[in-house]
Amino acid sequence: MNLLQILHDLLFDYTLRTVALGAASIGIVSGALGCFAVLRKQSLLGDAISHAALPGTVLAFLLTRSKEPLVLMLGAVAAGLVGTLLILRIVSSTRIKYDSALGFILSVFFGLGLMLLTFVQHMPDASQAGLDKFLFGQAATLLQRDVVTMMALGAIVFLLVAIFWKEFKLLSFDPEYAASLGYPVRGLDILLTTLLVVSIVIGLQAVGVVLMSAMVIAPAAAARQWTNRLGVMVALAAIFGALSGVSGAVLSSLTPRLSTGPTIVLIICNVVVVSLLFAPNRGLIWSWARRRRNRRQLHQESVLLDLYTLASQHADMSHPHTTAVLQAMSAGQTDAGRNLQALAGQGLVRAESGGWSLTTAGAEEAQRLLSAASAPAGAERISQAMQGEVGL
Amino acid sequence: MNAAQFQIQLIAVLAASSCALLGVFLVLRRMVMMSDAISHTVLLGIVLGFFMTGDLASPYLVIGAALTGLLTVTLVELLFRTRLVREDAAIGLVFPALFSIAVILVSRYAGQVHLDTDAVLLGELAYAPFDRLVILGNDLGPVGIYLMGGILLLNLAFIALLYKELKLATFDSGLAVTLGFAPALIHYLLMGLVSVTAVSAFEVVGSVLLVALMVAPPITAYLLTDRLPRMLGLSVLFGAAAAISGYWLAHWLDASIAGSMAAMAGLFFGIAWLLAPQRGLIAIARRRKQQRWEFAQTMLTIHLLNHEGLPEAWQESRLEHFQEHMRWNPDFTDQVVQRAVSQRWIERVNGHLELTDEGRQRARVTLSS
Repeated sequence: MNLLQILHDLLFDYTLRTVALGAASIGIVSGALGCFAVLRKQSLLGDAISHAALPGTVLAFLLTRSKEPLVLMLGAVAAGLVGTLLILRIVSSTRIKYDSALGFILSVFFGLGLMLLTFVQHMPDASQAGLDKFLFGQAATLLQRDVVTMMALGAIVFLLVAIFWKEFKLLSFDPEYAASLGYPVRGLDILLTTLLVVSIVIGLQAVGVVLMSAMVIAPAAAARQWTNRLGVMVALAAIFGALSGVSGAVLSSLTPRLSTGPTIVLIICNVVVVSLLFAPNRGLIWSWARRRRNRRQLHQESVLLDLYTLASQHADMSHPHTTAVLQAMSAGQTDAGRNLQALAGQGLVRAESGGWSLTTAGAEEAQRLLSAASAPAGAERISQAMQGEVGL
Repeated sequence: MNAAQFQIQLIAVLAASSCALLGVFLVLRRMVMMSDAISHTVLLGIVLGFFMTGDLASPYLVIGAALTGLLTVTLVELLFRTRLVREDAAIGLVFPALFSIAVILVSRYAGQVHLDTDAVLLGELAYAPFDRLVILGNDLGPVGIYLMGGILLLNLAFIALLYKELKLATFDSGLAVTLGFAPALIHYLLMGLVSVTAVSAFEVVGSVLLVALMVAPPITAYLLTDRLPRMLGLSVLFGAAAAISGYWLAHWLDASIAGSMAAMAGLFFGIAWLLAPQRGLIAIARRRKQQRWEFAQTMLTIHLLNHEGLPEAWQESRLEHFQEHMRWNPDFTDQVVQRAVSQRWIERVNGHLELTDEGRQRARVTLSS
């Protein structure tokens, strides 16, 4: 199948278009909100929320007997919020640690949801069919009205993030400062958590309980590597999320028996790996190259200084010294010959018949390095100067 | 109660006890979310083991699961060591990725056999009695009993043999290193055991509820005691109680047994959280209230002591005076005075308050401390 055909299907094939749109909205919303969760050290809260939402979905159905997506989602949001608040309460009122509280709420709420779900399923009327897709997610069964609900909720989430952008930014990076400025930190905290819950609930139906945590963390973790600015990070995470969503939907529609949720998750995880490796400045390859460069420069400098130390014992600074002597001085740390050649390339040393000698530029460079190395002693010099011993 | 019901409950109790024992150390060592991750990723081990042996009951599956458990821990640590993501984010990235691979493998290549992700995630205890262990034509009972009994013995042996090391590595890993114990080895052993327990219990309780049985009983016990042996015992007790009561709840509701067990474990925690004698919410609230009264009464005695025997004492010890001086409202003042009088810290002498010896003593002690 060629690209044009895929594009054609994306636009005109009902199932693929619906699934791709749904996956894209999930990716955008959870990617953007995930940034705040990751920055606020709440990465795994998403996992807990997605599990905790299950009993809410079933209870909403039990109470209303409706399978309207909005009703089920509201139930899920309520349960997710209750779960989150309970986690915070357990941590603040007992000595139980955050991870235990998280795991407890996650598994117990999920167990409760499973109990209710099987209870509902064993009831005589069959009106509950399809509730279990919240468990594992079935993107292929997304209907247009599901996607419309998802997009509407997503739009509300985005609007609120835009309105409270400054406040959320402050809350994420320095909540104490926000409190000291008089912002209602607690209220903002609850609002931001609610938005996170909503963004997770939007995705449950398509991606499922287990994999939703990756949709929250992965786009944000990838975007974080490329930038230090929150705005750029949120935009990038939304783009990563959307791209993985659409490409996952397309890929799984082209391949038989390839579920959409796991495919999307694997794609976004690959984006994370690429970002960790190749992102400028923070990326692993980048920092490896930087470390290598630094080490090489350090070695060259130490050889240059060794040569300077030797040369300053002679009246003539350009007195040559052999590679063997310099190699001995470097105490096996580095290959002196190679460093000398590199230094010669920079015009700092010169090869002569008796070995290597300093050039004028090399001597100056060595002096500069020595004075830079003693810079911390500057304070001492100032105090000496104040006592009138040395001029500054 | 028929034989099948008894067998189901026995398997559930064995599984819950195994989880509860390990869970104590997971909770104390803050590795709950790591074990949550492992309980999901063992699916990959099961799937790969299944592809290699073609048999869901093969012991190689346990080895495969233990290896994927260690792979999970290693990958998380590798990711965390890059310093580019936090540890919790690393956990949240690794387990969905491995789990996704497993799900895709299952749906693409194992469609025709009985290995579905639902079973791994949710477990189905109700069928456990039908899977019999038959040796030389003799029916020895359900496989699950032997399997979970074996896991329980393994976990018990691990804790009994390495009790001192576990305790030290858990409460003071720095000291453990300097004394020459290897806390890292303990860490990996524990994670390996979590994987083995997870893979053995997945058919019974499913991976998510495994976490419920690993966390809920230990944290319930944690609210009730400060001693490790007692915490281990209580934890097993709560686990077993959740297993049995969960079974009957499920029986009554006609619902998932594993789900009901988790719900009961949660309920036990809720009760303990509310009612625990030292650390329960009610005990905390009562203690706070008590402290508030004691503080107010002490303030009263200190005030009286300050002015005792001085010219203004008559003025300062009037009842109305406290209301303005301490900014207390009249009701509160009345109650504080009443409590102090009934505890014989002060005496009422025609509209004025006077310290008793005990009250004087109390004020002095507070001031000097």
